[in-house]
Amino acid sequence: MDKILKPKVEHSEMSRPFWEAAAKGRLTLQCCGECGKKRHYPQLLCSHCYSDNVEWKEASGHGDIHSWTVAHHAFHPGFAADLPYTLVTIDLDEGVRALGLWRSDVAPRIGLPVHGQFETRDDGIDLVFRPFSK
Amino acid sequence: MSFSDKACVTGIGETIYMRGSIKTAFELQLESSLKAIADAGITPKEIDGVIPIGIVGGTADDFIDNFGIPDLRFSALIPHGGASPAMALQAAASAIAAGVCKHVLITFGRNVTAAFNKAGARIHNMPQFHFVTEFEYPMGAIAPAQLYAPMARRHMELYGTTIEHFGEVAVACREHALLNGNAVMKKPITLEDHRNSRMIADPFRLLDCSLESDGGAAIVVSAAPQAADLRHKRVFISGAAAGHPDSPGSITQRPDMTSLGIAKAAPRAFAMSGFTHTDIQVAEIYDCFTYAVIRQLEDMGFCEKGEGGPFVEGGRLRLGGALPTNTHGGLLSQAHVWGLNHIVELVRQLRGDAGRAQVVNAKVGLVTGYGDQGDGALAIMRGE
Repeated sequence: MDKILKPKVEHSEMSRPFWEAAAKGRLTLQCCGECGKKRHYPQLLCSHCYSDNVEWKEASGHGDIHSWTVAHHAFHPGFAADLPYTLVTIDLDEGVRALGLWRSDVAPRIGLPVHGQFETRDDGIDLVFRPFSK
Repeated sequence: MSFSDKACVTGIGETIYMRGSIKTAFELQLESSLKAIADAGITPKEIDGVIPIGIVGGTADDFIDNFGIPDLRFSALIPHGGASPAMALQAAASAIAAGVCKHVLITFGRNVTAAFNKAGARIHNMPQFHFVTEFEYPMGAIAPAQLYAPMARRHMELYGTTIEHFGEVAVACREHALLNGNAVMKKPITLEDHRNSRMIADPFRLLDCSLESDGGAAIVVSAAPQAADLRHKRVFISGAAAGHPDSPGSITQRPDMTSLGIAKAAPRAFAMSGFTHTDIQVAEIYDCFTYAVIRQLEDMGFCEKGEGGPFVEGGRLRLGGALPTNTHGGLLSQAHVWGLNHIVELVRQLRGDAGRAQVVNAKVGLVTGYGDQGDGALAIMRGE
């Protein structure tokens, strides 16, 4: 039987640079081309100065844990084999957040320093985080 | 100009709540709508405003066609999930107070038995979830339980909220569901049952999660002068307001993950109504998850931030407690119809028609809505 695939979504034109960089292992963020304010997830306008001028800048991948959840139920059959898996919400050092998969036996806790990177699989690409000693 | 007390809920209607209905969302919506209109004592042709809730049932045009409405003067579509019914009270009362229309039908139906409509499959087609769909869903953050769980986890870590606090909400709702004949859940539960229920998305267990159920619910909101001549004692909309959290499209990016849109709305609704928290005798609080009730109690100012857990201890939310809540069983134990059943129940309470779940002498109560990733609304209502 074929492996049950995880959901694949179409990327918007707006976020295409994010995913192109991700495929090369780089975590990038939208940065306002006028005022320099960073934002994530990608959106059309800078909510500070309303400019639609965007530059993509690479993020360090460093941050710390803001919150988390552990999935014990597969709401999509593509995740059944992964249970239980932990999703972590990360305060990136750049001032925005990211959601990623937790790749560690260490129990998550608020404020735990982490580092993230992309991990490719057959049917997609995941952002994953591990503890990081500063 | 305020719309306070210018509009009343005059009609309520519900289908049987169940799982495995063979009726479509629109059929369920029509059935509950006809009941609500009959309950008000008007004819379907007198409806001159309609707010269909959600997008899976009928459109405003469908109601014109099926009811033969000769002159629909007002319609609206409110794109905020479970906050939409309470937001619709605000919209209906505003339109009525402005003289636009006299009888607004607010109506919802759903059939989630169909496989394509399960929780994990549903939200990714909704435009307001596009961030989740693109950035979170492919990594396994799929259903609302998983999206809301980090909010609850952070609340637990920061404020010491416990599983037992969540359990208090679940047990109160279940106890109340057993008092009416139209609840999907029919067996009592204990705090221990709650704790032992299967983990879904830590910290949410099965009994922290609302039901997947089929059914329809509807209400009629009428201009206060016209309402005086209708079948039931009037239930006035004394105050209503809506509010949105920062970063409404992404909980992940929200500056304060433990704050909801209702925090902005509550002071407005209370000020409009002229009532204070101590006037509220009964509350119907949107309970997509147990945690959401605790969070809204804090955001509405019934207790300090972080104190919602201790607030629900000791049966406070149960009948006989200081703030009887979800006297119909809520989304957790009666049925999930996006909280229109909460409005129906509040009207019953304020008419004195709530049967075994009646809060003695209930004259003033509150109903909330919670939609999508934290949009909020509430209405404060009073009986005649």
